Amino acid sequence: MIAKALRSAAPAVLLGAGGLVLWELILLVVNPDGFVLPRPTEILGSLIENFTEILAAAGTTGFIVITGLVGGIALGVVWALLVSQFRIADEMLTPLAVALNAIPIIALAPIFNAWYGLLSPTSNQAIVVLLVFFPVFVNTSKGLTSVGAIELELMHSYAASKWEITKTVRIPNAMPLFFTSLKIASSLAVIGAIVAEYFGGRQDSLGQFIVQNAASSRYTEAWAAVVAASTMGILLYFVSGGFERVATPWRRDVDVVG
Amino acid sequence: MTGHIQGSAAGGVAASAAVEISDLSKVFNHGKPNEVHALDGIGLSIETGSFVSLIGPSGCGKSTLLRLIGALTAPTDGTVLVNGKSADQARLDRDYGMAFQTSGLFGWRTVTQNIELPLQLMGWNKLDRKNRAAEMLELIKLPEFGDHYPHELSGGMQQRVAIGRALSFQPSLLLMDEPFGALDEMTREHMQTEVLDIWKKTGKTVVFVTHSIPEAVFLSNRVIVMSPRPGRIAADIEIDLGARTFDTRESQRFFELITQVREVLRFDEDSR
Ligand SMILES: Nc1ncnc2c1ncn2[C@@H]1O[C@H](COP(=O)(O)OP(=O)(O)OP(=O)(O)O)[C@@H](O)[C@H]1O
Ligand SMILES: [Mg+2]
Repeated sequence: MIAKALRSAAPAVLLGAGGLVLWELILLVVNPDGFVLPRPTEILGSLIENFTEILAAAGTTGFIVITGLVGGIALGVVWALLVSQFRIADEMLTPLAVALNAIPIIALAPIFNAWYGLLSPTSNQAIVVLLVFFPVFVNTSKGLTSVGAIELELMHSYAASKWEITKTVRIPNAMPLFFTSLKIASSLAVIGAIVAEYFGGRQDSLGQFIVQNAASSRYTEAWAAVVAASTMGILLYFVSGGFERVATPWRRDVDVVG
Repeated sequence: MTGHIQGSAAGGVAASAAVEISDLSKVFNHGKPNEVHALDGIGLSIETGSFVSLIGPSGCGKSTLLRLIGALTAPTDGTVLVNGKSADQARLDRDYGMAFQTSGLFGWRTVTQNIELPLQLMGWNKLDRKNRAAEMLELIKLPEFGDHYPHELSGGMQQRVAIGRALSFQPSLLLMDEPFGALDEMTREHMQTEVLDIWKKTGKTVVFVTHSIPEAVFLSNRVIVMSPRPGRIAADIEIDLGARTFDTRESQRFFELITQVREVLRFDEDSR
């Protein structure tokens, strides 16, 4: 299985490595002083040099991302469950969710900082929660409600209760879409946390690290932190995929062409 | 033109009736421009333990009649009694096993888990569920496929699982709406033999909707021929083929009965 995973990852790794080499070579020729865009080797050097500081910053940001993700997922799932169970909830909460999503959430960051204090991580978490909530809500509620008529009629013929139908049909039916939303949400969470950190929150975060280094023209250091943030996003994506495999065993061996 | 070959349906309420339908009508979208008079004045009594097929042109209300019996939709007029109670009470008492043209298996459950689903909802314990599922797998001749997911099975196998699931809790009435409609001719005949086999073993009352005249004749004690707009019973034909064997499909009587059903359908077509 590991061999298979390695084999399927090989093209992506090759492409990435090729791109990095190309990037390195082109910049060596056109931009040897590295002012506008540093070379990959320079970024790597900076990453190693500032490793402890960047790791600590990643820890701070990672905490925001994880807690915000968990909060946003919980909110999205509960909201979707309510909407799928009760017509009145659907009529009230669905428009509210849409309205919430229409707010440019990042624009709230300075306002949240005023509420929670400039150095408090709470405002950053709130941004992440709001960003994550919507895709989770939309996909999960779609999954909970898109159950076939035959399946529902069968459950009706077994005299199943509403909650039994939710538990045995709607929730499993929603799993694939929920995990799709989780993958979207995990990258949104990283973006949201870092941009929120540009405006405030703890000083030892990736967002602040980028802002401060960029302000003093230390672009290579800023890039090193961007690399750390990307790594976090990629890790989260794969962790989501791992959860998905565990939670949806029936989809593991589907043999599809393409 | 009713009464062409009318059976005993209009007679008194038999004590052993599994289904007793009187003066049943169904109108969809009442009072709207798209109003459909799907069924009109249906009277039908189905004896316990019998195998009854509903046949007729597309849109004549076969599925609607089956759904009314199964309490999946409510009548506009008239009554449906199942085992002496209202259809909805029968549903709450879990008197129905249902199978449709598509299997309606749950893709996230293995074959065994699909068969166990109704049992689980009825509060059976794990061991009883497991034993019953194993029995059902024997009955539908898929003993090795318990741990497979539905997508790993052929269409015919999926239909067998759906039938096994419908029978798992031993409902007294089996309602099937074109369960073999999507299968090829060979598989279909094979499945017919199996369903008859299961019917003989379990003694259930079966109401079976089909488009195929030979299928209706081969399977049933009684074929109800329906005519459309509004849906009515055009004929009620007793099938006296005796025990079905390999030769039944080639017997003289089989062809005579097929012709008889076909003529009702054709006469009905011509007369409108
Ligand atoms: N839910 C519904 N809403 C509106 N009209 C309906 C509905 N269900 C059935 N009808 C109408 O009732 C009539 C009978 O439909 P029904 O599905 O019972 O026919 P059928 O005999 O099963 O046809 P087929 O052989 O094609 O399955 C049709 O005219 C159909 O359009
Ligand atoms: Mg139909």
